[in-house]
Amino acid sequence: MITLYDYELSGNCYKIRLLMSILGLDYTVVPVDFYPGREHKSDWFLAINPLGQLPVIDDDGLVLRDAQAILVYLAAKYDAGNSWYPRENADLLGEIGQWMAFADSITATASAARLHDALFYDLDAEAARAGAHRLFRILDEHLWFGEQEGRDWLCSAAHPTVADIACFPYVMLSEEGGISRQDYPAIRRWCDRVKRIKGFTVMSGVFPAGPAKAA
Amino acid sequence: MSALCSDRVLLDDWHVVADLANLSPQAPFRTRLLGVDLTIRCRQGDIKQVVRNDNGQNVRATERYGFLWACLGNPARDIVAVPEALEDDRHFVTGGSIAVRVSGLRAVENFLDMGHFPFVHTGWLGDEPHTEVAPYKVELTPDDELVASECKFYQPIASPTAKEGFIVEYIYKVIRPYTVALYKSNPVQKDRLDVITLFVQPVDEDNCIAHPFLCYLKDGIDAATVRAFMQLIFAQDKPILENQVPKRLPLDPRAETPIRADAVAVLYRRWLRDKSVTYGAIPARS
Repeated sequence: MITLYDYELSGNCYKIRLLMSILGLDYTVVPVDFYPGREHKSDWFLAINPLGQLPVIDDDGLVLRDAQAILVYLAAKYDAGNSWYPRENADLLGEIGQWMAFADSITATASAARLHDALFYDLDAEAARAGAHRLFRILDEHLWFGEQEGRDWLCSAAHPTVADIACFPYVMLSEEGGISRQDYPAIRRWCDRVKRIKGFTVMSGVFPAGPAKAA
Repeated sequence: MSALCSDRVLLDDWHVVADLANLSPQAPFRTRLLGVDLTIRCRQGDIKQVVRNDNGQNVRATERYGFLWACLGNPARDIVAVPEALEDDRHFVTGGSIAVRVSGLRAVENFLDMGHFPFVHTGWLGDEPHTEVAPYKVELTPDDELVASECKFYQPIASPTAKEGFIVEYIYKVIRPYTVALYKSNPVQKDRLDVITLFVQPVDEDNCIAHPFLCYLKDGIDAATVRAFMQLIFAQDKPILENQVPKRLPLDPRAETPIRADAVAVLYRRWLRDKSVTYGAIPARS
């Protein structure tokens, strides 16, 4: 049985819940009072993850930290269709790895700005916002050119991968950090596509898409 | 520099400026109240000092309910009394202060609104097709508080311990312009009420910080669960609030068209007009 050390408002925890929902996995939750309790810095939690970061999973004794690593593990182990992390497709795995690292950069910028604006984290929010806009511009162009080639997802496949799940939450929550997506139409369309994946689930601050309609 | 406040009723009142859990002796905590930038420092002996950045003067401050409170003027009355905070079979939990880019008056009004439950808190405080807000009572009490009672709404998961959907009874009370409370029946001791008091910090006219204070009966629930549920619900409201236009609350009765379900909001706006509250509002045309 999988146990998720979880905080509802964390986009990095949400991406694990999202993939597990899509894969139809059962799991139990240990809620961690991240804010304002700072329980992720408590002794008991540091014993589980010395980095003091969420999420962490415990799958029958295998303890894993880092959202992107957990996504890779869950997809590689439990995705019977082998599409979310296609184990034998080296080219695609390379692309996935590239966008997983991009997801970490989104966390370092867009998520940081959100923590500053909503939860009073003491950091340079303007620098975080500028960094997020730089990433969003790159992401928007990549998605826009993809649409021209008939590619709907981040990586060169006819289906979404864990890279889409990794990048989605903090893009979707960016406005809470004062980062508008108004200038990124391809990102907005991609967000709607992610929301229409079978098994999609929401977190607080993320709303479901309406049903897709032909123009 | 944001606009300063000239409403005496707000300047001479106490406002929450921080959850004590967010203060640390290691670093000053910066915030803003009624347009005035403040720096909070923890001094020796755990004394909290609140200083105005514009003139360096100390601001009157005190601690209560797990929060630090400040008054920019001369307090005309004491901090809002929460009688349930004296009952020792309750958890007293700060819900986790969250900043919202909207006037605090909008946040209070949203807290009073049941109509949005099925659409914003889908699967928790409401769901379709149970969207009708049944008529409820609204009155102004002799203590000059606004009370909405006999509020009933079907909620799929009304509380962290709810096992099934049921019709929940609410009482709302607007206590001060930026303070509102909600009473709902406890699922275990049905004759007693759990209480959420929402202290809204008017940061400036277009920004606020919501400081929820929860007094829940301990029976069958732990404090962390109470807090987590509050954050789950409030974080669903946040993007909706931040997309309200205009950010300030219009007090002119012709500005926004209410429906019957908004009876308490209509009275709240009138009550604000009668108190000459303008900060965070768009005043009515005379």
